[in-house]
Amino acid sequence: MDALELKYVVERDNFAQAGEASGALKKTLKSLGFPPDLVRRVAIAMYEAEINMVIHAYGGEITATVTPEKIQVVFADVGPGIPDIELAMTAGYSTATADVRDLGFGAGMGLPNMKKYADDLDVQSTIGVGTTVTMTFLTQNG
Amino acid sequence: MKISKIAELLDAEVCCCPDLLDTEVHSGCGCDMMSDVLAFVKDRAVLLTGLANPQVIRTAEMMDIVCIVMVRGKAPTSSMIELAEDRGIPILATKMRMFSACGTLYNAGLLQEGGH
Repeated sequence: MDALELKYVVERDNFAQAGEASGALKKTLKSLGFPPDLVRRVAIAMYEAEINMVIHAYGGEITATVTPEKIQVVFADVGPGIPDIELAMTAGYSTATADVRDLGFGAGMGLPNMKKYADDLDVQSTIGVGTTVTMTFLTQNG
Repeated sequence: MKISKIAELLDAEVCCCPDLLDTEVHSGCGCDMMSDVLAFVKDRAVLLTGLANPQVIRTAEMMDIVCIVMVRGKAPTSSMIELAEDRGIPILATKMRMFSACGTLYNAGLLQEGGH
């Protein structure tokens, strides 16, 4: 199998649509025959990142590259950026507003969950420009 | 435990996917914060929540959660029902509060089948 590249657009402030890309990739990975545990790890981590793009940034683009050995998902948003990435990685730390908490998010578990489920997580951020999150998942064929 | 048994124990209304009530549930999770739900993978779980927005269904979809119970008399929105029908995730609605609903399922042996 050659590398399969999939692109998704995440719209600004479209909370109801957040998760559409994660669900779509989950379906694709499942149909490609990847193990259910791996598919679930990718879906959960991706969903957290997708939610972040909507609640913290102004939307962005997701690029997933799938090969038999690994699945890499890159989330590039346009947004305020993260001033202190280490602090943002702390479980329970959140800058989400009360409105976001009312929707069931903003528990400060987004980045920690991504780190937990991905085999590798890289976060690059520039204040006032945006954040790029890269997650890598190794398949058992690697 | 089958979803139909959960509906009976919680005196719950079936809001969608009535054809999937024979699905087996192995564990449960009661939570209103979706990120907390996403932090711990459960095996074929039922999610009990008082939150009523489409992200409840999306969370269930990502986690392979097999059933959602809305507690405290909350009703699912039409967009939740539409999404749940599409994803094949039954939604039940009960008037019971979270604590009583979780306790009832626990007492009936739900978490002894592979949950924590």
